[in-house]
Amino acid sequence: MNYDRILIRYGEMSTKGRNRSKFTNKMKSNIKRLLSDDRIQIEAQRDRMFIYLNGASFEKVKVNLADVSGIQSFSPVVKTSQELNEIKAAALELVKRSMSGKTTFKVETRRADKTFPLDTHALNHAIGGHVLRGTEQLTVDVRNPDITLVVEVRKEAVYLSCETYPGAGGLPAGAAGKAVLLLSGGLDSPVAGYMMMKRGVEIEAVHFFSPPYTSERAKQKVVDLADTLTKFGGNIRLHIVPFTHIQETIHKQVPENYTMTSTRRIMMRIADRIRQQTGSLALVTGESLGQVASQTMESMAAINDVTNTPVLRPLIASDKLDIMEIARKIGTHDISILPFEDCCTIFTPAAPKTRPKTEKVQFFESFLDFDPLIDQAIHDTEIIMLPKKATELDDLL
Amino acid sequence: MIYFDNSATTMPDESVMETFLKAGTRYFANPSSLHTPGMEAERLIEKARAQIAGLIGAAQDEIIFTSGGTESNNLAIKGTAAFYKGRGRHIITTSIEHPSVYEACRDLEKEGFSITFVNPDKNGVVQKTDIEKSLTKETILVSVMHVNNETGALQPIKEISEMLLNHRAVFHVDNVQGFGKVPLSLNNTSIDLLSVSGHKLHGLNGTGFLYKRTGVNVAPLLSGGGQENGLRSGTENAAGIASLARAVRLLQNDNPDELRCITQFIREQLESRKWAVIHTPIQAAPHILNFSALGLKGEVLVHALEQEGIVVSTTSACSSKQNKPSRTLAAMNVSSEQAASAIRVSLSRYNTIEEAKQFIDALDRVIPVLAKKRNERT
Repeated sequence: MNYDRILIRYGEMSTKGRNRSKFTNKMKSNIKRLLSDDRIQIEAQRDRMFIYLNGASFEKVKVNLADVSGIQSFSPVVKTSQELNEIKAAALELVKRSMSGKTTFKVETRRADKTFPLDTHALNHAIGGHVLRGTEQLTVDVRNPDITLVVEVRKEAVYLSCETYPGAGGLPAGAAGKAVLLLSGGLDSPVAGYMMMKRGVEIEAVHFFSPPYTSERAKQKVVDLADTLTKFGGNIRLHIVPFTHIQETIHKQVPENYTMTSTRRIMMRIADRIRQQTGSLALVTGESLGQVASQTMESMAAINDVTNTPVLRPLIASDKLDIMEIARKIGTHDISILPFEDCCTIFTPAAPKTRPKTEKVQFFESFLDFDPLIDQAIHDTEIIMLPKKATELDDLL
Repeated sequence: MIYFDNSATTMPDESVMETFLKAGTRYFANPSSLHTPGMEAERLIEKARAQIAGLIGAAQDEIIFTSGGTESNNLAIKGTAAFYKGRGRHIITTSIEHPSVYEACRDLEKEGFSITFVNPDKNGVVQKTDIEKSLTKETILVSVMHVNNETGALQPIKEISEMLLNHRAVFHVDNVQGFGKVPLSLNNTSIDLLSVSGHKLHGLNGTGFLYKRTGVNVAPLLSGGGQENGLRSGTENAAGIASLARAVRLLQNDNPDELRCITQFIREQLESRKWAVIHTPIQAAPHILNFSALGLKGEVLVHALEQEGIVVSTTSACSSKQNKPSRTLAAMNVSSEQAASAIRVSLSRYNTIEEAKQFIDALDRVIPVLAKKRNERT
């Protein structure tokens, strides 16, 4: 007995009014892309969505679906004919599959086809009785059952389901517009990206790369991080900005205790330029108040000084341990903790200013024209489209 | 040639060889090197590790690549003993283990560990209760194979695992013969260490891995550059590792029930032959059948069958050259005379029921002739 289709229930999306189809269509295309199986068809209705498996494996699809934002929960559905014995047999097997550790169940029948000879009550009775006879330790509880077996009788067929899996919640990625994520390779920024994606934001990621001070492995790590994020429903374009020249220039020009502040300001300016180019509306950082010298309120003010663009900081009030917890859950933790130098750890001053003054950093930077350097860096930016297509390695293994 | 000696070594899959060749040519750099070719080789290995981990339901850092079953077993047993000897110095294993477990334990015995070798019942199956009885506060390791390499007998790993849930002893399973043939889940079990060898699953000799549950420790056998998280020094065999990942992936397309049909057919045929005694119990892996042709030396039958184009072996390949009677069959109380005439048929995905029919026909041709010759001599 194989699952025929999957029923998807919407979360917050169901509170949307006239623009709901915008959200459902987005989610449909996200799922379609993520499952990348030609056999699968998706039908988005106003209040639920159906995935028709057409022979694809539910177990595989299940893993992917659990991560898609916008889904409240989903259930695999089995299709049978209107033959009562067939319905009973399928019901029993479904209940058996989800029985471990559970003791009570009920049958919930919906009879859309009113010509079906048994009425709802009789059907509940017939199916429930069959399940009871076929199992041990299971009793009926219509108020608070561990297992609810839903049977839907339609003209063309009968649909049964009894497992429900939680979805990721939130809104479909991409339904809320685009933002630029500053992605460092540390623990926080991927989590920040994930939080925004969960709220429906499409991500353009920016990473600053400083060869030869930072290695190819450090860059690969960021590619892997961004690639991991794509499983939450959206494509990500990763902009790798060559940053060596700018960092060296700052290092020469700006007093040591202000280099960090100045470096962040330039990063912000570059990210903002990429925001313009890509039609994004905001910048996203993984900053968490007080975590490091650049994340004090004074630092944030001095760094934010370079732009009027909204800077979204979804982790601003989160504790490090909570951030790590999410990182583990979304699969970025183990990549993030790989020990490679990134552009923030090189040229680090021994004692960076934790309370930089905006006027001072403006003054230090006034001796240099950063614009041509920024132009050059943006010109030389490498763009990587994620998720990656199957690589040579995949073919090999 | 009909190849019925797959428990000794399987024929490498063609695409596994292809992967080995391509990976060896393209990713030859030292994975520990800082440069890009080094990084690419490292990525290949990590990707292979992730793939294998995903397929067996483990975490990526729970896979340690080794040179095969013998090394995995040695690392598991000697490594556990060395790491936990402060807790106790008692180890439980069985008398039917592969030499790489059995002899490793014998070596530890010389170093002052006490080893309990639990005997199987007459079916060649070790009883959970016998292991339970041997457990003491001093026990640091229990090592039991999943599938016996000579008889194919299935050991009650699940039961032992449940019994050990509340004991702190490390539980090692030698799964060299069972991997890909008999399902064995790692989740919700107390299996801490699990050995797998590449050349038993259409991979290459010299490849394999040890699964090590997070939180369980083993001391490395080799000193050196600290590869494999410090547990297996030596420049990684990137091409071998890639080929292993592919071999493990290809196992997903296998259907062990097909092997079961073939061994079942041979079993039924042999049951109607007066000269045959079957040693493999009903509860066995699908691909192994061990039997004796009474009164004939196993070795003689091996050579006679080879002339018919059929390759089988006496007992296990590792023991057969030593000309000793099978330790496993002896532990099952099979007489030494019967043990000396034991033959093992072991199958793989490339074998067919047609080949099994030819095998039975060959036996029917060869055995009367050999029996007649023997009677003439005596």
